[in-house]
Amino acid sequence: MVGYLLIESRDPFDWNDVSQFYDLAANLAKSGNQVTLFLVQNGVLPARKCVHSEALSAVARAGVDVLADEFSLDERGIAIGALVTGVSAAALDVVVDQLAEGRKAMWH
Amino acid sequence: MADKKTLTFALMDAPFETARTTTALRLIDIAARRGYDINVFAYEGAVFVPFALQKQHANPIHGHPEVEEEDHPLPREWVSALIAEAEKNGGKIDWVNCGLCVDERGAGESVEGVRRGTPGDFWEMASASDNTLVIATK
Repeated sequence: MVGYLLIESRDPFDWNDVSQFYDLAANLAKSGNQVTLFLVQNGVLPARKCVHSEALSAVARAGVDVLADEFSLDERGIAIGALVTGVSAAALDVVVDQLAEGRKAMWH
Repeated sequence: MADKKTLTFALMDAPFETARTTTALRLIDIAARRGYDINVFAYEGAVFVPFALQKQHANPIHGHPEVEEEDHPLPREWVSALIAEAEKNGGKIDWVNCGLCVDERGAGESVEGVRRGTPGDFWEMASASDNTLVIATK
């Protein structure tokens, strides 16, 4: 199974289409695929409790591995302990790991 | 290196504007430190990332009236450093600037190691790579 790597760089406060990207990740997982949703830049903002964070937790419950870039979290003052359920902090190296293993990758 | 990989990145953003450039260069840095072979196809404003005429400036608002005090970072220096890092670790970076994009913008002067090409180069790079990531503007 090749799997998918979806990279979300946008935050749902500014971009309405972020929810569609979340849906894509969740639906790919529900279809039996291995999926990582990697949050980077302002994409990490809903990883701390806010009006959009439940949508992110729902993606995780669908079976998606939801990761947030440690550097982006640090830049925005979001402590790892403040991440909502289902989201884990990770180094950007994960993206290169999964590119190298051949995941189908999409940047948003 | 048995597990040596080849990755291709397509960039579209001009420097000094978005976090996407920073993230792209962070990804390339990780791959370079692993000794991977890396292809970069710079399209549209991204052809200015390795632009050789970028200059530092002072910033009195920061309390740095002299250029040296501000030490403003320049993407062209990062590109040169990444090319050197890849070579140090047994890999290489083939950085191709889209020629049409270069001509439109007058961005012909690039740092050493950057060459001129066409979108056809991107297709060839992607075809020969283990994976490709397109970091589009919007």
